[in-house]
Amino acid sequence: MDIKERVIQLIIEHLELAPADVVPEAHFIDDLGISSMDLWELVLVMEDEFGLEVPDEDLEKIGTIQDAINFITAHAEEK
Amino acid sequence: MPTDDLDLSGQVALVTGGSRGIGRAIALRLSQAGAYVAINYSADDQAAKRTLLDLERGGGQGELQKFPVENFAKVQDAIKEFSKRKGRLDILVNNAGISRDQVLARMKPEDWHRVLAVNLTGAFYCCRAAARVMVRRRYGRIIVISSIIGRIGRAGQANYAASKAGLEAMTRSLALELAGRQITVNAVAPGYIETEMTLALPPKVRQEILDHIPSGRAGTAEDVAGVVLFLASGLSAYLTGQTLHLNGGLYFG
Repeated sequence: MDIKERVIQLIIEHLELAPADVVPEAHFIDDLGISSMDLWELVLVMEDEFGLEVPDEDLEKIGTIQDAINFITAHAEEK
Repeated sequence: MPTDDLDLSGQVALVTGGSRGIGRAIALRLSQAGAYVAINYSADDQAAKRTLLDLERGGGQGELQKFPVENFAKVQDAIKEFSKRKGRLDILVNNAGISRDQVLARMKPEDWHRVLAVNLTGAFYCCRAAARVMVRRRYGRIIVISSIIGRIGRAGQANYAASKAGLEAMTRSLALELAGRQITVNAVAPGYIETEMTLALPPKVRQEILDHIPSGRAGTAEDVAGVVLFLASGLSAYLTGQTLHLNGGLYFG
């Protein structure tokens, strides 16, 4: 599974969302209706899953699922 | 993980300002209940070592964590390293506090800022860092040590009173944010407790306070520690956002 698939799978499982709704362009808060606390928790779980750390200032940049995929791809490559 | 009694075996706690006074009693009490306790302090190495030694003599396990709670980077680094190494952080007790008493006319801006920085901002920093660990694990107990002064005020303690009232307000907001993660946030507001901090009050002021306490005695650090243990345990799972007043009947909230 590539990073994109792993992120989407994680989101579906962790937030208990319908797979059909979890598309890259979906905005976590505006489209998926999750709270900022849910998003924070998801980011923390992704940190553990991918062995990286999301700095506070980057947390605000994650709006859509694609943003999360891009961030993780970029930082996973650094390793 | 959470148990239905006061047993904290296997759990990990951090007590800020844990080397002396109320913090020391809390550290020892949580340790007696089975928790691994990190004793945070900022300056007094001697007192901190004594507290750790007493904790170990009581059969407990713990460590010292020297960092100033008002320094966000140091708080973050310390809590991250500690919780990673221990694999968890179940209990955070925000006890670190100072006072710089002065009446309004003589209270310097730095007296104001210093007390707010340590008592209020420091607690916020610790909560923020600890919540990262607790949210991941969907469990946590955050306890804030407030003071009766945050409610009734006292001449010469505008900074201290403001910091304590602020802590209680912060407690309620964080309780709402974290409730869905089984993380409770509560405050304990002690009345008159015999510690080094309160023994520094003029004898006349101390006597006046004692005369007004319905229980007829000052509280002890152990009185506070017992209530903190309850809040740190699985018994208090449904209690959040509250301030428990612990003052021998002096004030009811």
